[in-house]
Amino acid sequence: MLRRIFNRLLGGDERRVDSRTIYIGHRSCPASEAFIPPPKFCDNRIVSSKYTIWNFLPKNLFEQFRRIANFYFLIIFLVQVIVDTPTSPVTSGLPLFFVIIVTAIKQGYEDWLRHKADNEVNKYPVKVLEDGKPVDKDSEKIKVGDVVEVKENETFPCDLILLQSSRDDNTCFVTTASLDGESNHKTHYTVPDTEKDLDSLSATIECEQPQPDLYKFVGRMHIYKSNQEPAVRSLGPENLLLKGATLKNTQKILGVAVYTGMETKMALNYQGKSQKRSVVEKSINAFLLVYLCILLSKALVCTTLKYVFQNKPGQDEPWYNEKTQREKDTNLYLKMFTDFLSFMVLFNFIIPVSMYVTVEMQKFLGSFFIGWDKDFYDPEIKEGALVNTSDLNEELGQVEYVFTDKTGTLTQNNMEFIECCIDGFQYKYHDSSSELDGFGVTYGPMSKLQQKAGWEREELFLRALCLCHTVQEEKGFIASSPDEIALVKGAMRYGFTFMGLESKTMKILNKNDVEMYELLHVLNFDPVRRRMSVIVRTRSGDTLLFCKGADSSIFPRVKLEEVERIRMHVERSATEGYRTLCVAYKCLSAEEYEHADKGLKEARLALQDREEKLTAVYNQVETGMSLIGATAVEDRLQEEAAETMEALQGAGIKVWVLTGDKMETAKSTCYACRLFQRNTELLELTVRTLEERGRRREDRLHELLLEYHKKTVQDSPLAKTSWSVGNQDYGFIVDGASLTMVLNSSSDSNTSHYKNLFLQICQNCTAVLCCRMAPLQKAQIVKLVKNSKGSPITLSIGDGANDVSMILEAHVGIGIKGKEGRQAVRNSDYAIPKLKHLKKLLLAHGHLYYVRIAHLVQYFFYKNLCFILPQFLYQFFCGYSQQPLYDAAYLTMYNICFTSMPILAYSLLEQHIGMEVLLCNATLYSDIAKNAMLRWPPFIYWTLLGVYHGLLFFFGVRLLFGNLALPDNGQVFGNWSYGTIVFTVLVFTVTLKLALDTRHWTWINHFVIWGSLAFYVLFSLFWGGIIWPFLSQQRLYFVFANMLSSVSTWLVMILLVLLSLLPEILLPVLRKPRGPHARQVQLKQTRTQTLYF
Amino acid sequence: MVKEELSTENRPDNTAFTQQRLPAWQPILSAGIIIPGFVLIGLAFIGIGVALLVTSQSIQVMEIDYTGVDQGSPCFKCTDSTVSNCKCEIEFTIDKLFEGPVFFYYGLSNYFQNYRKYGASKDASQLSGDLDYFTSPATECDPYIKDNNDKPIVPCGSIANSMFNDSFVLSRLINGAKEVVPLDGKGISWWTDYNVKYRNPSITPLKNAFNGTVKPINWPRPAYELDTSDPANNGFINQDFLVWMRRAALPNFRKLYRRITEGNYADGLPAGDYSLEITYNYPVLSFDGRKKVVFSNVSWMGGKNEFLGIAYLVIGSLCVIMSIVMLIVYAKFKFPDED
Repeated sequence: MLRRIFNRLLGGDERRVDSRTIYIGHRSCPASEAFIPPPKFCDNRIVSSKYTIWNFLPKNLFEQFRRIANFYFLIIFLVQVIVDTPTSPVTSGLPLFFVIIVTAIKQGYEDWLRHKADNEVNKYPVKVLEDGKPVDKDSEKIKVGDVVEVKENETFPCDLILLQSSRDDNTCFVTTASLDGESNHKTHYTVPDTEKDLDSLSATIECEQPQPDLYKFVGRMHIYKSNQEPAVRSLGPENLLLKGATLKNTQKILGVAVYTGMETKMALNYQGKSQKRSVVEKSINAFLLVYLCILLSKALVCTTLKYVFQNKPGQDEPWYNEKTQREKDTNLYLKMFTDFLSFMVLFNFIIPVSMYVTVEMQKFLGSFFIGWDKDFYDPEIKEGALVNTSDLNEELGQVEYVFTDKTGTLTQNNMEFIECCIDGFQYKYHDSSSELDGFGVTYGPMSKLQQKAGWEREELFLRALCLCHTVQEEKGFIASSPDEIALVKGAMRYGFTFMGLESKTMKILNKNDVEMYELLHVLNFDPVRRRMSVIVRTRSGDTLLFCKGADSSIFPRVKLEEVERIRMHVERSATEGYRTLCVAYKCLSAEEYEHADKGLKEARLALQDREEKLTAVYNQVETGMSLIGATAVEDRLQEEAAETMEALQGAGIKVWVLTGDKMETAKSTCYACRLFQRNTELLELTVRTLEERGRRREDRLHELLLEYHKKTVQDSPLAKTSWSVGNQDYGFIVDGASLTMVLNSSSDSNTSHYKNLFLQICQNCTAVLCCRMAPLQKAQIVKLVKNSKGSPITLSIGDGANDVSMILEAHVGIGIKGKEGRQAVRNSDYAIPKLKHLKKLLLAHGHLYYVRIAHLVQYFFYKNLCFILPQFLYQFFCGYSQQPLYDAAYLTMYNICFTSMPILAYSLLEQHIGMEVLLCNATLYSDIAKNAMLRWPPFIYWTLLGVYHGLLFFFGVRLLFGNLALPDNGQVFGNWSYGTIVFTVLVFTVTLKLALDTRHWTWINHFVIWGSLAFYVLFSLFWGGIIWPFLSQQRLYFVFANMLSSVSTWLVMILLVLLSLLPEILLPVLRKPRGPHARQVQLKQTRTQTLYF
Repeated sequence: MVKEELSTENRPDNTAFTQQRLPAWQPILSAGIIIPGFVLIGLAFIGIGVALLVTSQSIQVMEIDYTGVDQGSPCFKCTDSTVSNCKCEIEFTIDKLFEGPVFFYYGLSNYFQNYRKYGASKDASQLSGDLDYFTSPATECDPYIKDNNDKPIVPCGSIANSMFNDSFVLSRLINGAKEVVPLDGKGISWWTDYNVKYRNPSITPLKNAFNGTVKPINWPRPAYELDTSDPANNGFINQDFLVWMRRAALPNFRKLYRRITEGNYADGLPAGDYSLEITYNYPVLSFDGRKKVVFSNVSWMGGKNEFLGIAYLVIGSLCVIMSIVMLIVYAKFKFPDED
């Protein structure tokens, strides 16, 4: 965004104009106007990297310290450096340094990759025409106005206006798979009537300033010929070749660069993915705040008590501990302040820097398991799941709403022509053995049911199917919409074979004759009109318009009596789950055609509001047609779609279907997917129900909303716990138009009221179907639910470019590696090959990730609380002098070495419930819903546990030190022994606590848990076994070994560890349900329950 | 951007690790394990508790406060800080044989040896015999780095300066005559302290190493003359000095002064009257401190500590009771694990 504005400011010249003028080949024009030196356009360099070598260090450091946690640790470190504090700056500096370095290396590496990718693009060799000869250049050297040559299967290096193509018909084929995900071949046209010899071409192009819409382009080309008025040609998107698209089926093309580098449509569309944050992260921040408060209050208490204590006679400065001159000179308040800071530093370990590292590592490493899962591997596309972000793993276990696209997600987007209806008579294709190819076998008329329409009507209908489309014939059919292919193939089965389009002539093989039609105009499909038309001229000179489209868009444009005959069939087909289209035609008289032709050409040339003008002409032409018939195409359900939906609903997830399809089709898909059951009561809020009583829509809307609200919310107080036996299930159906009314009601007060009612109704329905949705409306719905009360976690799943907006909007966006290209996958957080994989992704992976990270977070806070609490308590026994209880080595290494690996291993490998069990029992998913393990009660439990352990450690050892002597030789232990004993108990307790929580002991768990303990012991022996030359004080010299020589110490340590863990052992036993449940369930429940703490 | 789809065959590895199917042990804490486990632990703890209690009971401890707060107490006269080289004598009686070896501790109360600044106020390099630090001690020793004449103090710092300097002579009164009980001053500090951690400079005589330095302000004699009777027990490896340098963890502490292991007293202190002659130098009343001497013998578990035995007994019986409760509960509501 910023970059775009920045570029605008730099690239756009001072004189901000709406269009730019490009001199083709940089040749000045002989025309009357003087050659204006072209304003500087930006070069063709793509910059997606964030850093350069020079700014990496400052910029990266700045960005890292913008994170609140890093900043906090930096402050602590600086305090330690500046103020005389109890622990050396190394204790906090070293971990911070480690974290910063690791992050910097990671980000540096990622940026290096981006640099490499940029270079690959920027240094890509291209051929630029100079003086009529192609010259090799780096892609980044292309300037606006250069004529560029591109060969087959090469990608366009910048946005080009097509000037010349090697094909005879002045077209070229392009796929834009990497731009919008549509993998079909699109036809682009050269500018009409430009000269073959580009050397002598002298022309300028006037076009709009760069804008990100891929499908919009408006421009004009002025061609100057000697001694003639300059000719003007209009330019549209069909003349523009976009950077990133690939040339297909065309040997080479020549084009002139109009937009380069960061101004290309691709670059303008490149948006940094917005950072999605998981609920867990929010919980961490909340807990962090609590611990920060604990930290501050601890420091405050200690500082206060210190000055109270020093007020006692003789305690301010006992003779054995005289103050230094500097201390005496220091201002009292300044002293208090530095004391406060010192206490902060002493207790700062309560907020562990290592938690962030461990969480990051857990997420990063943990996300590999999704990509590794062979259950997600799809042999058809030969790919498994893809993880685009690892930040949201745990969110997969928290999903409350699933928004799914229908076409391509619930269904296969694999269309098959099923039946048709001509003039009200139904035709069904029976011969299933000939499904492969209709050639030969299906000569003759269609098998009829009872009666049939006249054969002229049949043929007219089939011709319409053969002509009214944008399918290309290239060793099979290629089209942007699979419906069209299905229709063309369907017509083929009945004996009308589309042979292809050659220089504006469409050929149809009808039995043995070849019919030729001249294609005059294509009135393209767009989602607003929901129809498309062609105008063709027959051999005999008749001009015909064929139109096909959704029933709702065709019916108003044909005669009413015709509608009545067809409507029944259309609706029946739709309820059976078929996609229906209506076909109509119209004969154009010569005048009519002339009028239409003129209108169309004018509109196409318009530089402003071209879209609107075109639509107006289209609407004008497509009137007064007569309806021929309707088609029904089946879109098969995805594998296991119904099972998946059932599992999701069983897991307490509400499934909403958002589709652009019509209501009847979508509804039948919902029934097929078992989202709606037979006993589900459907509540409809559609244009039909709004209009049925002939009253104002607004009034009816109000009425309906209240009625449904009463039904779902007020009459069933237990609706929250719905889908239990006996409760009425509700399904809610809303369409795009009604939704717009709900969301944008005439008055503001109504809007919020309606929104509330709408949401409450939806939340109390088991399934919601939103049909006739525009892509943006899908995102709107997701946003509405996302921001509703309780801010539920939403998940969007879709496969097409039209799902991108909702994928980006939802908490978790899932892309399906489907047929509609890669756009959804690229914008998703996770991509899976099939819908059925969603079940395992959520129920197994999501559940486990959530449990793992929740436990990780709670455990981290717990283990640092009981780590620091004894240090806090010790202040009461050392005159509040900030004496650390533990040695600096222990303080530093506690979180880094001694206790980090077991929890990391746990958080990667734990399966408190086996994957199979999770998959079989979807209800287990709802056990952890609503962030169950990171809410306040479990947090308080863990905190209390930490306090209990901390108290136990400190006072247990305190009582032990009531002993005169600990070893049997009568010698006395000092303060470092005290700390070491507490620390040893601490390390063993927190590690064994984790061991108790571990339900899934792989060899790795064994290795790290027992290994950590062994490492601690060995390290302590080693650390205390040598006089370390770099240490000024050998505080721990032989302290650990001496400690081990005392029997009492051993006994106390065993006692304390056991006493700490006793509640942990007892709780699960006492919680075990004591009813006549099946053993398996009990087993599972105890296992889950133990983990919730 | 121009990246093409790599690798045609990218099926995930089918290994136990990547599929999260590593063989795993899945323990379940069930009543069948916990109840017998608790009984076993409980019994073991009760056993240990009993042993600890019995041992602790057999350990004799005698404490004598000699601060002299009361006017009537023998050391009251010495509490006046103007009196120097004050000696006082406390008499006490032992009713039955105080079994040996007897350990002789001195104790201080309300004395914060664990002050942070105090604890840091020493120069470890100096104490390990590095002569460079004799002339310029570390800054941590402040305010005891140099004396008023700018001469370096060795050993520098607050800990050394505040070394405990009361001394005791224990005599047994036999028919009115005093028999001095021999006190053994060896082996009262950690072996590693006087053999490795603290070293004297390798200059003989030791006195020469201290040329140009002054003794700590509060010390009566310089470090090389701490023990006049044993030349090897001087400098930084003087046992009393080492005991003092190991800072106590808590403000009420005791430190080992001597062991009674020799002559007639090797088996302990026989019943009878004793007198303790105290050279009273160490002021504690200014910060409301107390001084005492403690006689104790030790066992395998160290000094007397009732807490440990009681704790073991309580936890042990708790475990047993718990398991009984659980047993009853489960007997009543049936073992869910036994089908």
